[in-house]
Amino acid sequence: MDAELLSQVLFAAIKTGTPLLLIALGEVICEKSGVLNLGQEGMMLMGAVVGFLAAYTSGSVGLGVLGAIIIGMFMSLIFAFLVLHLGANQVATGLALTIFGTGLSAFVGSGVVGQTVQGFQPIVIPLLSDIPFIGHILFTHDLLVYLSFALAALVSYVATKTRIGLVIKAVGENPHAANAIGIKVLRVRYCAVMFGGAMAGLSGAYMSLVYTPMWIENMTSGRGWIALALVVFASWRVGRIMLGAYLFGLASIMHLVLQGMGWNISPNLLAMLPYVATVVVMVIISADHFKEKLLAPRSLGKPFDPRQMA
Amino acid sequence: MKLKSLLLGLGLVAGLSAAHAEDPFKVGFVYVGPVGDHGWSYEHNRGREELEKHFEGKVKTTYVENVAEGADAERVITQLAKSGNDLIFTTSFGYMNPTLKVAKRFPKTTFEHATGYKRAKNLGTYALRTYEGRYVSGVAAGMMTKTNKIGYIGSFPIPEVFRDINSAYMAAKTVNPNVEFKIVWVNSWYDPGKETDAANALMDQGVDVLLQHTDSPAPLIAAEKRGMRAVGQASDMSHFAPNAHIFSVRDDWAPYYIKTTEAVMDGTYKPADFWGGFKDDMLSISSINDNLPADVKAKIQATYDDVRSGKISPFTGPIKNNEGKVVVAKGHTLTDTELAQVNWYVEGITDAIPQ
Amino acid sequence: MIRVQARIEQSTLMKITSPILAIVLTLIFGSILFSAIGKDPIQAMQVLLIAPLSDMYNIGEMFVKMGPLLLCAVGLSLCYRANLWNIGAEGQLLMGALGGSAAALAFIDSTSSFALPITLICGIASGMFWAAIPTYLKLKFNSNLILTTIMFNYIALYLLLWAVHGPLRDPQGYGFPESALFSDITTLPILFDEGRIHLGVVFAIIAAVGAWVLLNKSHIGFQIRVFGQDEPAARYAGFNGKKISWIVMLFAGALAGLAGVSEVTGPIGQLIPSVSPGYGYSAIIVAYLGRLHPLGALLSATFMAVLYMGGDLAQIEIGVPTAVVGMFQGVLLFFLLACDFFIRYRVSFISNNSPIQE
Repeated sequence: MDAELLSQVLFAAIKTGTPLLLIALGEVICEKSGVLNLGQEGMMLMGAVVGFLAAYTSGSVGLGVLGAIIIGMFMSLIFAFLVLHLGANQVATGLALTIFGTGLSAFVGSGVVGQTVQGFQPIVIPLLSDIPFIGHILFTHDLLVYLSFALAALVSYVATKTRIGLVIKAVGENPHAANAIGIKVLRVRYCAVMFGGAMAGLSGAYMSLVYTPMWIENMTSGRGWIALALVVFASWRVGRIMLGAYLFGLASIMHLVLQGMGWNISPNLLAMLPYVATVVVMVIISADHFKEKLLAPRSLGKPFDPRQMA
Repeated sequence: MKLKSLLLGLGLVAGLSAAHAEDPFKVGFVYVGPVGDHGWSYEHNRGREELEKHFEGKVKTTYVENVAEGADAERVITQLAKSGNDLIFTTSFGYMNPTLKVAKRFPKTTFEHATGYKRAKNLGTYALRTYEGRYVSGVAAGMMTKTNKIGYIGSFPIPEVFRDINSAYMAAKTVNPNVEFKIVWVNSWYDPGKETDAANALMDQGVDVLLQHTDSPAPLIAAEKRGMRAVGQASDMSHFAPNAHIFSVRDDWAPYYIKTTEAVMDGTYKPADFWGGFKDDMLSISSINDNLPADVKAKIQATYDDVRSGKISPFTGPIKNNEGKVVVAKGHTLTDTELAQVNWYVEGITDAIPQ
Repeated sequence: MIRVQARIEQSTLMKITSPILAIVLTLIFGSILFSAIGKDPIQAMQVLLIAPLSDMYNIGEMFVKMGPLLLCAVGLSLCYRANLWNIGAEGQLLMGALGGSAAALAFIDSTSSFALPITLICGIASGMFWAAIPTYLKLKFNSNLILTTIMFNYIALYLLLWAVHGPLRDPQGYGFPESALFSDITTLPILFDEGRIHLGVVFAIIAAVGAWVLLNKSHIGFQIRVFGQDEPAARYAGFNGKKISWIVMLFAGALAGLAGVSEVTGPIGQLIPSVSPGYGYSAIIVAYLGRLHPLGALLSATFMAVLYMGGDLAQIEIGVPTAVVGMFQGVLLFFLLACDFFIRYRVSFISNNSPIQE
């Protein structure tokens, strides 16, 4: 593989990893606050369809992105109300949200199947893009990819360096203690879940406005699930999510690149690569931490009720 | 019945119209994907809509979408038969055995299965001669490529796809002896994200014309972004890629659905294995791009005419496979049964059949 | 004023009435939904929820649909009881189908009466094997079970695709990705003349009852329950956490594998690429709707089977698109999950002059 092809492949890995990065950034904050939302796929599909609809009817991709973020938040609000206020089971409610979102997105999108919009165009950043090799890989993307870089930095900063991050962590680790020192646990969790929804919506918009500027039913094809695995893979650390997303992006295009280069292995066996690689890397990482305590937020998936004492 | 009165109060209960002139002839359809896939199921559904329009109320159609090709299929087909459909089209290969089982249990109902090979007294099969469209695509791709590398995005390694790759390759060879094919499998009929990745992976390796055996417009969009060319698949995809689009090979199931329904209605139906192509108007070349050079446009038209008239028949021997063995003898043209079992690449394709 | 109070004891009355309340709410929502798209709401509800049980054929089909959902859900219920987040029923089911098919194809010319039991055992063993790997990785390397089981679902799917496109493909099958049809010797017997109810359905019901006995009447069941509720206490009592993890994971893998092999040797009769329309994922909902109780899973699997069948019937009988069916199913689940609220809390209306509690 020559340098030219390698740079193209890495460029594509970032593009493929971006929707995973966006949705996982939201999910990690949600999980850090102690809420597990398996409704990612449903929220992402709604983001994709509403983003496309808004862009298609208004002619503005910016409005499309905004619409996607709002619908993602709305979808997560349904989930938040059920699990936070009514104490419904998080796993089952998340799955129900995916079923609901899949149906609803197909319903509202039925009128625009087969339409297309002028999506985001690549923005070549002057000077930076002239850097040999990495210039093309990092600085010839479109706006949403740059936005995902910024968001990753921001989320990482907030989660590790600010009071807000501490509060979220406290709520996810020990909600009763957090409550005792006056933190409004449910309010924090509401915000975290809705941030997750916003990011899922944005990720959906990336699919329908950048990646393939159109709406087709079920177009996210399981990326919400992969993102869920990514968060675990990164052991709830934002910096690692970025790496994980691009690695997964790379692994999932690698088998296509290898086929093009004339590798004659069964395409089905090649397609397993990203998943096998993820497990292997995971084992190496987690074996490292074997002596440490589990890295998952301790109250992940457990309902909290301020009316009950610990 | 509190609920009912509540609903009445809300004015939600619509009166059922009991106006029946005569019972319409009922036709059922089973789709493997959603009708919103803009691909395979979408095209079958378009055929269904045309069918209903054609008979102006004399035919009532029902469809079930997203039916998994497993235990569910037999149940859905049975329920369609039970609810009084006189003719049922099952539109995916995986429905073959379920359709056969149900056909045995409902001898008075007529069944038609797309792309399969098992038939019965009340079960026929039908398919498209997709390789005809592929042949014209190959000619256009062979003329349009500057790098002499053509990319083919395969769905699954099955005979239909091998056959079409061969057809496109032999056609490209006739206009460009230096042409080379790169084949990438995405293990899906329909996954816009993956198809985009495959298109980009191919273009990264010097491919400048894309052909696809998958159903979404994603490869065309990817080609448009990078100033390359591509051929649309199954439906007219010109608006997705105004510059990249060479033409689309359109599937049109409506003529067959209308013809078959008519035959069942007037009692002349005989189960057969029907393959429709250019001359049946079930395949067509649509929206040839104006930006193509004049000689390419002319060649596309001429090739289409020749395939349609039978002057060109892609699988007429002698044809060798890429291991040097003669697979179609001189003077022989593959029969439909043989066409359904192609399991080799023609001479010159540097890939191997995935095992 | 509305006052919400946590109940000391979960209300039994409410356990029964909450699903009914959920269904009433769904009926109201569904009526609005179906009226909005111009369908007769009463007829729509009837088709969605009652028609699947309207005749012998449909009832039989309900059982056929329920079987794999129940087998997977029973195993998952036990895992979740022990706090093991196994999302891998789908992959374990596919492996069961794959392993069972390999055996069934080996027996294609056999007349041995052992052929079917061996085929079933191969399916069960394959499912167990597929559950064993993530379990081992968790216990040995501390790998997160959610991640590994999701990944193993994908790997299983591609293994199955590889097999059905390759070594297990029917040589007489025109190159299509399907195995040969299994012979009668490795086909599960049909229990009634009409319909497709096969022995696998019986396995599922036995599994549910068996799991209930295991959980409530055995020492190991007691350990599982304690372990899930209070891990430190369980460790203090000297329970072996590793052993419990192995038992529930292998049990879940075995049942999911049995579900897979029962599908291919039952209603399908061959190995195909799409053995499962997502049973393993739906079973997670079934398990939670059944409150992680094996007999509860029996009810919720029945309910989900009805819901899925109703969805198909709604398309056939009144032309409702799947999109609307999905919305309806999602909302119904929301209501069911939300109504549990009333099991845990007493909601009372109080007059404004009484003291208000925070």
